[in-house]
Amino acid sequence: MPTVPDDFVAGVRATLPLLLGLIPFGLVAGVAAVDAGLSPAQAVGLSAIVFAGASQLATVDLLAKDASLPVVVLTAVVINLRMSMYSASIAPYLEALRRRWSALYAFVLTDMSYALAIAEFTDETGDDAPDAADQPAPDGGADGSGHRWYYLGAAVFMWLVWQLATIVGVVLGASIPESWGVSFAVPLVFLSLLVPELSDRPRVVAALVGGSVAVAGAAWPLNLGLLGGALAGVVAGVAVEGREAA
Amino acid sequence: MTTTYGPLAVWAVVLVVGALTFAIRYSFIYLLDRVSGVPPRLERALRYVPAAVLAALVAPSFVDPGPTVAATLLDGRLLAGVVAAGVAWITENMFATLVAGMLTLWTVGFVL
Repeated sequence: MPTVPDDFVAGVRATLPLLLGLIPFGLVAGVAAVDAGLSPAQAVGLSAIVFAGASQLATVDLLAKDASLPVVVLTAVVINLRMSMYSASIAPYLEALRRRWSALYAFVLTDMSYALAIAEFTDETGDDAPDAADQPAPDGGADGSGHRWYYLGAAVFMWLVWQLATIVGVVLGASIPESWGVSFAVPLVFLSLLVPELSDRPRVVAALVGGSVAVAGAAWPLNLGLLGGALAGVVAGVAVEGREAA
Repeated sequence: MTTTYGPLAVWAVVLVVGALTFAIRYSFIYLLDRVSGVPPRLERALRYVPAAVLAALVAPSFVDPGPTVAATLLDGRLLAGVVAAGVAWITENMFATLVAGMLTLWTVGFVL
């Protein structure tokens, strides 16, 4: 790589407006991790390896409550299941990539990098569900290679910002008095991710059912209120969609 | 609250969650050669995962059923959650949502 491709720089630049959301989220991830009793190395390791804010917050929250380890892992995995949809949605645009590149793509796939990339890709093809006719050009072609550098620029830069924000959060964490209630920022972050999701009736019902079951089951053992609420919400969403389609 | 799990258990969680999260991210990018797109039934269900999971995560932080309806509603965390949800709806900005929620929580704590 003799020079930095223009598309890489374009991808980095496209992330700038998102940093207002990404940086406080990363700070909270760092603060929450040390508050939960993780060491600085563990807190940064979590951000570097998992790189998925909502599941990181749930993980440290459950570790702080000494939930059983299978529940900690299962909860994080359930939260991250949504990314299989991103994986499915973005895959057609990356099909021409060699396997080691596609693994790197997958590693830095997040809500924000997916949203940015899919907006850029579909802007070029004019179609958000590409078929064989408008696939990007094969690897090495001008079009496919541009996609790759743009995505890598955006996603890798966000990964770096996430690590820096986490480190700052880890450093600040110990010095923020508990009476400020900064831990309340954690559900507020989830809330700000939830609200834009409520785009139609089935999703609203999924959230209402999921939230209600979780409140009712807040005292259930093993944090099963969360998993029960999530499952009940998904079932309710599918049911409402099925009834509306009928 | 802080965890009583030792370093080994915490690192194991970090690595296992990391590996499984990577597997989720890689799943369809890897499988695309073998299947064409997400099975429709799975895609329908996955569509509701974010709303259901995030709501199940946040609701117990804002709603703490008290002895009476009034006690439940006049809770600083619920009021802060409602204000923050409104700000999130209008601005779709995480930073603004955080500021609105924290300011409401502090204000209510000061007044009540």
